[in-house]
Amino acid sequence: MIVNEQVAVDHGLKKDEYNKICKLLKRTPNITELGIFSAMWNEHCSYKSSRLHLKKLPTKGKKVIQGPGENAGVIDIEDNDAIVFKIESHNHPSFIEPYQGAATGVGGIMRDVFTMGARPIANLNSIHFGSPQHKKTKNLLRGVVHGIGGYGNCMGVPTIAGQTSFDSSYNGNILVNAMTLGLVKKDKIFYSKAAGLNKPVIYVGSKTGRDGIHGASMASASFDEKIEEKKPTVQVGDPFTEKLLLEACLELMAGDSIIAIQDMGAAGLTSSSIEMASKGNLGIEINLNKVPCRETKMTPYEIMLSESQERMLIVLENGKEEHAKKIFDKWNLDFAVIGKTTKSKKIELYFDKEKVADIPVNILVENSPMYDRKWKKAKLPKKNKIKKEDIKHLKIIDVLKKILANPNICSKEWIWQQYDHTVMGDTIQKPGGDAGVVRVHGTDKAVAASVDSSAVYCWAHPLTGGKQVVCESFRNLVSVGAKPIAITNCLNFGSPENQENMGEFVECVQGIGEASDYLKFPVVSGNVSFYNQTKDHGIKPTPAIGGVGLIKDYKNMITMDFKEVDNLVLVIGKTEGHIDQSLFARTILDEKNGPPPEVNLFNEKNNGETLLKLIDNNLIKSAHDVSLGGIITAIAKMCIKGKKGIKIKKPKYLISEIEYLFAEDQGRYIVEINKKNFKKVADILDKNAVHFEELGAICENELYIDDKTKVTIDELSTSNKSWLTKYMSK
Amino acid sequence: MKSSVITFPGSNCDRDMDVALKKFGFRNKMVWHADAELPKSDLVVLPGGFSYGDYLRCGSMASKSKIMQSVINFANSGGMVMGICNGFQILVETGLVPGVLLRNKYLEFICKNVFVKINDKKNKYFKNLDNEVLEFHVAHNEGNYFCTNDQLKEIEDNNQIAINYCDENGKIEDQFNPNGSIKNIAGIFNKEKNVLGMMPHPERMIDTSLSGEDGSLFFKTLINNLK
Repeated sequence: MIVNEQVAVDHGLKKDEYNKICKLLKRTPNITELGIFSAMWNEHCSYKSSRLHLKKLPTKGKKVIQGPGENAGVIDIEDNDAIVFKIESHNHPSFIEPYQGAATGVGGIMRDVFTMGARPIANLNSIHFGSPQHKKTKNLLRGVVHGIGGYGNCMGVPTIAGQTSFDSSYNGNILVNAMTLGLVKKDKIFYSKAAGLNKPVIYVGSKTGRDGIHGASMASASFDEKIEEKKPTVQVGDPFTEKLLLEACLELMAGDSIIAIQDMGAAGLTSSSIEMASKGNLGIEINLNKVPCRETKMTPYEIMLSESQERMLIVLENGKEEHAKKIFDKWNLDFAVIGKTTKSKKIELYFDKEKVADIPVNILVENSPMYDRKWKKAKLPKKNKIKKEDIKHLKIIDVLKKILANPNICSKEWIWQQYDHTVMGDTIQKPGGDAGVVRVHGTDKAVAASVDSSAVYCWAHPLTGGKQVVCESFRNLVSVGAKPIAITNCLNFGSPENQENMGEFVECVQGIGEASDYLKFPVVSGNVSFYNQTKDHGIKPTPAIGGVGLIKDYKNMITMDFKEVDNLVLVIGKTEGHIDQSLFARTILDEKNGPPPEVNLFNEKNNGETLLKLIDNNLIKSAHDVSLGGIITAIAKMCIKGKKGIKIKKPKYLISEIEYLFAEDQGRYIVEINKKNFKKVADILDKNAVHFEELGAICENELYIDDKTKVTIDELSTSNKSWLTKYMSK
Repeated sequence: MKSSVITFPGSNCDRDMDVALKKFGFRNKMVWHADAELPKSDLVVLPGGFSYGDYLRCGSMASKSKIMQSVINFANSGGMVMGICNGFQILVETGLVPGVLLRNKYLEFICKNVFVKINDKKNKYFKNLDNEVLEFHVAHNEGNYFCTNDQLKEIEDNNQIAINYCDENGKIEDQFNPNGSIKNIAGIFNKEKNVLGMMPHPERMIDTSLSGEDGSLFFKTLINNLK
């Protein structure tokens, strides 16, 4: 095939990018080389629109062992233990083929983690669908949940937490973000940097097929009406092979045979080999005839661009081939020496004794395009004034029931019961709480993880929204008694070529950066997913934040269920009555305008750290952060979980009862304490200048508000638990 | 007491079972599926997971593993063999226990706590256990136990049903059946009651921080009964 500008454009490259390639190579690339460039220079692999802004994120900290740039981030959890974690998107493939798209998303992120030598110990996910009324939503939801479960369950890794939302902006572009945590010894972490000359380059895992060719390029473009034609670009997952690959890799990693290891994810053999060479400042020579293939007559182009799953590339120490092969034979996996490291600093490919590609590595990596895209700054919307007559007729209990049954608040048990969340025998906080918690096997330590996003806030004001998501992650970890350590982010946005979407990206990233810097909650890994749009309709900006924290003694973990009758319930943090962009405003008043709640980073940090002090002093019986739906929704959930009631008295405030109960002001927690400890708790809160209010006391069976209104917890529980099950069984 | 846990390619509850057995006093050995010989054991466990990826039929390929001939011989000579979840599926594929395990009635994987009623205590698994009802944990996609009417009659005549899904008071009703199993069957014995296959995972219920502690009761009783 003759390569020209049109062929390059068909590969998703821009004309000037193609001209740059010809200039750098000083010749026209052949078709295999063009394929390699298109794979390396697409948005998904090159981060060409985002790199400039991502550089500004805080990525360092005392506990950070490895920040962005490797397969995943690594943090120190003491005693020579470290946690490897990352979140990644698989949005485009999941919309085209929900089961395989979601499954391979989970498979891919687990591979990123065990590539670094860590055994995966927990999975999480953040999934977002169109309006429940949209004709595709139900099938997409079912397919995605089956896919996530199908892969994670088979791998034997518990899925411990997640987040699901519905919004019409995802009608044509669902989001599927998967996160994995792995456990590794600090001195046994593996990296992707190749080193040494003439070291054997090994291919292990599944055979290469024609699936997923151009997957990464597909994920770097918008959808249109020809979406069905893209099905062949979706990879097909085989969790069984991945389980074998995991065990085989960990067995090999126990020794000292491996110099570098890299999984074949997006852009398959192309990006894995180039990345290893680039990091090691070396060349790599590969004989493509040696690559184990599943199908006959595969061309070099297809072999290099296939995104077949469950494959790894390893640079071994000389002389270790036999030892390594034995391990992979034992696990019935392919093992082939396909090439070697060279000093050429080029990627050189041979097929049928001919050289089929010859590209200097630095051209592909360092010279890849980087754009300073135009972007528009968002204005802070004006505040709405709630009219008294709009809320006068509202009955609080009816509103509460409606909110508890709202698709974005309701219990997601239907989803997480389909995920094995207890395998590995260390899950001490299951899905449905503020964060999932797993013990560090055989120790007293536990790791908490949560994944959050607030697309509505980010859409209303990206800078505030970006900050808020990080704070919410921080709060969710604090609520279970964990000290927040670091985050991973998955940045889901529309087209970077659209100034408004690009603006949302830039300002959300700025917000994330500010909050993570202030909270000492650095970003150690992440992924950007642009072009989440169909034709010109983009999604609401949806940065998802995965937070990880440490609990030193797992017996001190906190859960959100109310524990004991007569215990006191407090609200930590000040309630100003911010209703704009709240679930109440959007669903009950049908008011979609206005600014999101303000984020005060000082309060976030101070309130969270003070709550951790209270927890350390064993003064807290249960805790839950206040988020969507405000104080009353948080309280109702604690009642439902604990099967207890509460008598609430609204503090004497200027704001109305509705505003007090449904406002979504930030930096707040609900906590349960023993009456006799009130003074101790109050002293600590006062000493740290943390605002708090006494809300009421726990009782049996019913929720009372100011003695005049009441509702049974059973009724609230039914409202909360029935929507999703009913929806999915229709 | 000596126990052996078999690891098949795709097993993923083998470590959890090892942890549980050791916690309650077994000297446990992990045995690789391709081995021919079973170490000297008082109990052999086929753990949960997705042996061979559940391809073909759950448990089908694992039932033909090299080690399984030794396990079958061990069972036939009266040795204690317990299959949990995928291990149960392997047991039905070997024919050591009757019946089959179909896909769950609602076609969905299910992971949650369930209650089971002990149907028979005249065996080494449940003898001397004070409780009639245990809270266990299930996590499976194919736990829907099925057999022919003739088989069912035989199973009932021989009192081979080990445990049934029920509520916390031991009431066995359809609404407490998580997967559509015939007669709410959660576990079943061979005729001689030395082989037990069950869907629930007692190894996930062995301390208060986990889903519960009734698994501890089960393992404590088991090791005492074997002594």
